[in-house]
Amino acid sequence: LSICSRTVEPLEYYRRFLKENCRPDGRELGEFRTTTVNIGKCLCSITTADGSALVKLGNTTVICGVKAELAAPAADSANKGYIVPNVELPSLCAERFRSGPPGEEAQAASQFIADVIENSQMIVKEDLCIANGKLAWVLYCDIICLDYDGNLLDASVFALLAALKNVQLPSVTINEETGLSEVNLKQKNPLIIRKHPVATSFAVFDDTLLIVDPTAEEEDLATGTVTIVTDEEGRLCSVHKPGGSPLTGAKLQDCITRAITRHKEVKKLIDKVMKSITPK
Amino acid sequence: GVMERSREQLLRQTCEAVVLGVLHPRTAITLVLQVLSDAGSLLSCCLNAACMALLDAGLPLTALFCGVTCALQPDGTILLDPTARQEQEARAILTFAIASSERKVLMANTKGSCSVEEMQQCLAAAQRAADTVFQFYRDSVRRRYSKS
Repeated sequence: LSICSRTVEPLEYYRRFLKENCRPDGRELGEFRTTTVNIGKCLCSITTADGSALVKLGNTTVICGVKAELAAPAADSANKGYIVPNVELPSLCAERFRSGPPGEEAQAASQFIADVIENSQMIVKEDLCIANGKLAWVLYCDIICLDYDGNLLDASVFALLAALKNVQLPSVTINEETGLSEVNLKQKNPLIIRKHPVATSFAVFDDTLLIVDPTAEEEDLATGTVTIVTDEEGRLCSVHKPGGSPLTGAKLQDCITRAITRHKEVKKLIDKVMKSITPK
Repeated sequence: GVMERSREQLLRQTCEAVVLGVLHPRTAITLVLQVLSDAGSLLSCCLNAACMALLDAGLPLTALFCGVTCALQPDGTILLDPTARQEQEARAILTFAIASSERKVLMANTKGSCSVEEMQQCLAAAQRAADTVFQFYRDSVRRRYSKS
């Protein structure tokens, strides 16, 4: 029996497990890692943010903070506010990321999150408008990865959703005489979240095998990745397959079916957590 | 900006999946795409340009790929290769990179939301349309090499 080292021949080591339909960490091919989420000022520890959430997907840890600020709406969309997501992969989360300007992975992830918000219409920009043409909310959503162990996109989307559900916007009125805005911090309203998108990522191995929720090691060995974002009605908000091994339409359909199942699990988890933090 | 970075990632990983890099060790293959004008279906135009450039360079490829954009109009009809105006009015835009071997999906990118059935219909339409694009590749290459 030849000794197959995890560091010398990682692909062969992995193939041995995949032959038995499992993975080195003991999971099955379609099994997710333990997902935990902490929402709000008490549990999440960002006291200065208007909404915050910390999501752990196995070892992958992502924190999201939402800050709401006031700004004038753009000239061509006078009744719309802004949502500005930003994903950061600081050098502390993994060896591969160096400090300096954001790398390609961080920028691509930021674009992906912006697309998910836009496609799913989870927040309608018209809801963020306070006074047509004069004042609107800007939501700065900062998603920071604290520990990178694969599947960044799933964790980021989940953290964003949880943080936005936690946001309480103070009521703002415009004083007729002075024309200035008056912010009433005592009276807060929750943000209107219309849809709940959930992302499910898969890694493609050897052009044929699909594994769910890849770790960083699995992502490096994989020949491709697919991310499917669904909302609660079973509609597809995003099918993100950035290159990688070709897949048939049937395999893509399998991914979508698995993503719809995952959506129900995540929705249940978020509802449970929201209920536990809402004061009765 | 981030949009360009995201498109670069899509194109790079699509090309990496088809180019036989093992035959060219210690080599960098740089693909530079310059948008001269954007009248809709930009991403699939970039994909087609990239594939034809790789063909022209004579690089060894496992398969050819072509980009097809589908626009889902508000009334549910599927429009292939939409113009900028049609893209704005559409409720969803799906771009696929289809490989020449068995018409498998190499890359998928969606904008807007759609149902699962609609996505499958768009994919089927894109796979059928890929035949036309590959025929265009064949004709172009034939024309290029018929003069010499």
